[in-house]
Amino acid sequence: MNDSNLLEEIERYLNGEMTPQEHKQFELLRKGDTAINNKIAEHEEFAKVLKQYGDRLALETRLNAIHDEIDVHTLAEELIVHPSRIVSLWRNHHSKISVAASIAIFAILSTLFITGNLSNQESKYIQLRREVGILKQKTETLNKKAAQGTIRPVISATDRFRGTGFAITTNGLIATNYHVVNGADSIYVQNAAGKSFKAKVLYTEPQNDIAILKIVDTSFRSLGTIPYTIKKAESDLAESVYTYGYPQDAPHFDEGKVTSAVGLNGDSLDYQISIAINPGNSGSPLMDNRGNVVGIIQGKQTQLEGVHFAVKASYLLSAIHNIPSDSLTGKINLNTKNTLAGLTRVQQVKKLNNYVFIVKVYQ
Amino acid sequence: MYKEVKGSIPTDSEVILGILNNSESVLKRLYVAYFPMVLQLIINNNGTPDDAKDIYQEAIIILYNKVKAGDFELSSKLKTFLYSVCRRLWLKRLSQMARYGGDIRDFHEYSPVDDEVEKQNDMDIQFNKMGVALQQLGEPCKTIMEDFYINNRSMQEICERFGYTNADNAKTQKYKCLQRLKKLFFQQK
Repeated sequence: MNDSNLLEEIERYLNGEMTPQEHKQFELLRKGDTAINNKIAEHEEFAKVLKQYGDRLALETRLNAIHDEIDVHTLAEELIVHPSRIVSLWRNHHSKISVAASIAIFAILSTLFITGNLSNQESKYIQLRREVGILKQKTETLNKKAAQGTIRPVISATDRFRGTGFAITTNGLIATNYHVVNGADSIYVQNAAGKSFKAKVLYTEPQNDIAILKIVDTSFRSLGTIPYTIKKAESDLAESVYTYGYPQDAPHFDEGKVTSAVGLNGDSLDYQISIAINPGNSGSPLMDNRGNVVGIIQGKQTQLEGVHFAVKASYLLSAIHNIPSDSLTGKINLNTKNTLAGLTRVQQVKKLNNYVFIVKVYQ
Repeated sequence: MYKEVKGSIPTDSEVILGILNNSESVLKRLYVAYFPMVLQLIINNNGTPDDAKDIYQEAIIILYNKVKAGDFELSSKLKTFLYSVCRRLWLKRLSQMARYGGDIRDFHEYSPVDDEVEKQNDMDIQFNKMGVALQQLGEPCKTIMEDFYINNRSMQEICERFGYTNADNAKTQKYKCLQRLKKLFFQQK
């Protein structure tokens, strides 16, 4: 008898499927052979375990089906012992809760610290005028004299800060940021050709970070017709914009999009823009596709990459209108005809070249 | 301090008869009747509703097996039995999870049930081993084993189901499967 057949016999025997005669024979075989007897016992046990496994699985399925009909959530709400639950929660978990609380406090503080909310608002900006070098006492004296007009200045790398400015009228009014010229003893603007002109601050609006300079140098001749206009309407989100300024000695072009109509903490003074700007870019014009000035590059947030700000052009327009008439020699004639509109970006930038200046500040 | 649990509670002898007769409705009434009691115990002792479900079902299975095996004596109330088993199981689980704070908030009286719980523990181990072994066995052996030994299908049915033309082939196949299953079962630690 092979093993497969023996198994069949055992199963028939265990299931009571044998005829009385077969049964009797099998009993005899079992008694006479311990090996077979063990096999029977082992198989019986194993079949039982297998059967139990199946039964339990079926029972669990039935129980789960019943369980799914119970609204456990509501029941749990009813049955929980509320006040003592908090007590027992505290009793059993106070160490964990304390650790969690300290981590939470630490996380909040560090988040505040990183985002700069702990310090005051100004510190969130890097205002992008460029510190050029450390003045030596000697040069400072020299430049003070120059500022007083006693010596013709030799413009060199002795200026303290740099920014950018752009012409708004043909007779030499230049717009820039207030923070570029703040605290200046004297100011020079340098055109693309490298020629410098003495300028003075004509009007400022510190709250909007706008300053209007006027070129007062005797060697200054009138600029050609300003090719761009200042756009009063607010730019839309995602509008393409570009800037042209002097973060270094050579002019620098970069482009991006208007990413938000509000600046830091929702300040409606500013746009947020996605142009990478650098120290020295402050005061650069922010231009739209059609060559309208839509803003003045102002600063960036210190802790977040790619968050840059530009003052909206409407504030510049209102600043221009606010210039007291007694500080002006005549009426301001803003250009109303945009000659950049039909040009390609490359041609626009070429034209801009003559109207964007390095603003050099001496202290 | 706590709300007494309400509902249509089957009598203890009803439950025992119902289990013996495989009555679905009695099982359901039993389950629904005492679940709130266990839920109350577990969620007020650092447990979740899911923990309560696990523990309660385990206790029901213990009761079920005990009744089926014919060795359930109504020495104490069924309610006390279920509560005691759940309490014991939960204490065990708590100490395994190192969440046991040293005391447990009780809602009902209880009796010692350590033997039942230990016995169930052995059965759990066998149950899990069988589950793993069947999983490792793969098809078609798994289905053949389940059909024959659990669902009590005849070899004739199995032959037809798996398309064996020859009854001997099916028998040989079944034999091989069983040998492999035993091997897989017993080689687990």
